Amino acid sequence: MSTALAVRGLAKRYGSVEALKGVDLEVGEGELVGLLGPNGAGKSTLVKIAVGLVRPSDGEVEIAGARAGSKAARAALGYLAELFRFPGWYTADEVLELHQRLAGSNGGAAERRRLLELVALADAAGRRVDGMSKGMQQRLGVAQALVGEPRVLLLDEPTSALDPVGRRTVRLLLEELRGRGVSVLLNSHLLSEIELVCDRVAILLGGELVAAGTPAELSRPRGVELETDEGVRRIAGAVREDAPRLVAEAVAAGRRVYGVRVLTSTLEDVYLEAVGEEMTD
Amino acid sequence: MSSVAAIVEYGFREAVRRKVFAVVVLLTAIFLVLFWLANHFVFGQLSNITPPRDVNVDTRTFAGAFLTGLAMFATLFLGVVLAVFLTLGVVSGDAERGLLQPLVVRPVGRSTLLLSRFLGAAGVCVAYVLVVYVAAMVITGLTGHWWPDTLVWPGVELAGGVVIVIALSLLGSIVLSSTANGIAVFMLFGGGLVAGLLASIGHALNSHAIKHASTIAAWALPFEALYQDALRMMTAHTSGLTGFLLQLGPFGGAYVHGWTIRAWAAAYLVAVGAVALLAFARRNL
Repeated sequence: MSTALAVRGLAKRYGSVEALKGVDLEVGEGELVGLLGPNGAGKSTLVKIAVGLVRPSDGEVEIAGARAGSKAARAALGYLAELFRFPGWYTADEVLELHQRLAGSNGGAAERRRLLELVALADAAGRRVDGMSKGMQQRLGVAQALVGEPRVLLLDEPTSALDPVGRRTVRLLLEELRGRGVSVLLNSHLLSEIELVCDRVAILLGGELVAAGTPAELSRPRGVELETDEGVRRIAGAVREDAPRLVAEAVAAGRRVYGVRVLTSTLEDVYLEAVGEEMTD
Repeated sequence: MSSVAAIVEYGFREAVRRKVFAVVVLLTAIFLVLFWLANHFVFGQLSNITPPRDVNVDTRTFAGAFLTGLAMFATLFLGVVLAVFLTLGVVSGDAERGLLQPLVVRPVGRSTLLLSRFLGAAGVCVAYVLVVYVAAMVITGLTGHWWPDTLVWPGVELAGGVVIVIALSLLGSIVLSSTANGIAVFMLFGGGLVAGLLASIGHALNSHAIKHASTIAAWALPFEALYQDALRMMTAHTSGLTGFLLQLGPFGGAYVHGWTIRAWAAAYLVAVGAVALLAFARRNL
């Protein structure tokens, strides 16, 4: 898999504050990577450096092989900022048209219609931004990021203002984009969302990468739960391979077995393990 | 070119939608009505003004030059108000509100973005200044049957002065918050006006120190020098006591003038633009 986004030794200092301390991260082509971390961990700074909004103090970032901030890098990316706004007097269609012109997209009205349909705003094409709810504006922001069919998508909290239906719309959209080979770096506080859609997860803490891998790689075994006529019993330390033996032993002991469940830590457990110590300081 | 046009159009639409534009248009309409009334009454009573026999003053020229000078000041002031309020938050203000980031990450690039915003604001302000200037000249010309010695260049210089203020305001918007930038640019503008008045006083009193200070201010703030030069050209061919009295000011004299200051104003504009582009390229958003 070739690299769509490469972050190498990235550091950023704001005066005496070190926002990033030598972060390495890669997002492969067609890969969806979730970026997690508490407030102030450096997630938004990393994304802002990648899109050329902030200059790094050290290290480098490449987007589709081009230096971050260069014209070639900007042409390859789509970006949704955590805090963004479109001019209130523009309609949804006009916002997309403006970004088509800035991105040099030849998609025309067909592209705009398709993008608005993708984010469930097809009926709001002529509605002005200042007449839209926050959730609608956020979905319009996602559509704006997709103008010009970018190869790399960087989304900073794209679902923070969305209701469950809106989140599902964006989740399905991300899965569709992955199918088309678009690479996505998703910065979000919503662990369940990251767990559902991301191929890999990276956890930042205090400007350092403290954990990275697939959700399966990051999760740890937490025993096996056996449901019998005596109730539910948790066998700590047992793993998946122990399940048949445990069932056989229970049956041999005259128990009726109603269910067996292999327990692993959730992404939330992994996240809290990684950042918990810092958060309780 | 499409992206440049897109940003210029974006800035233009933003400009005409803002309340400050409507306020300036309303104030301009009120000013032009009052200016017409002033012309009507001044020129209507001109025949009643009889200077002493040994004072050879052309009252019509004096009244026309004074009134159009007043109109020039009002046009410059309103043009600067419009320019500052359209540009004071182009970078810091728009970045704080989240309007700038989606545009900056596009391939259009920061330099093109800033230049396009400059062109958009300059287009609106130059058109505004020229329209008000021509309207004021036509009012005086038709009411008082007096026209300035030079008609085109003063308008161009007045518009040039406002364009320099736009460049300064854009530069300020990169390094200052919107409020701080607005205050800073208006203070510069006020400083320029005071320097112009000082020049008149300095020459009337023949004070070398005041003349020297006002000359430095005129070169440091060339929008003021262009305004003064524009005023000078209105009565450039007026001679005798009338010309002398007009040169005393406040709506006539210019002690730093001509092609040198015009060339300096152009170079100053380029230099401010270059510094602004450099600062914007390095600005974290």
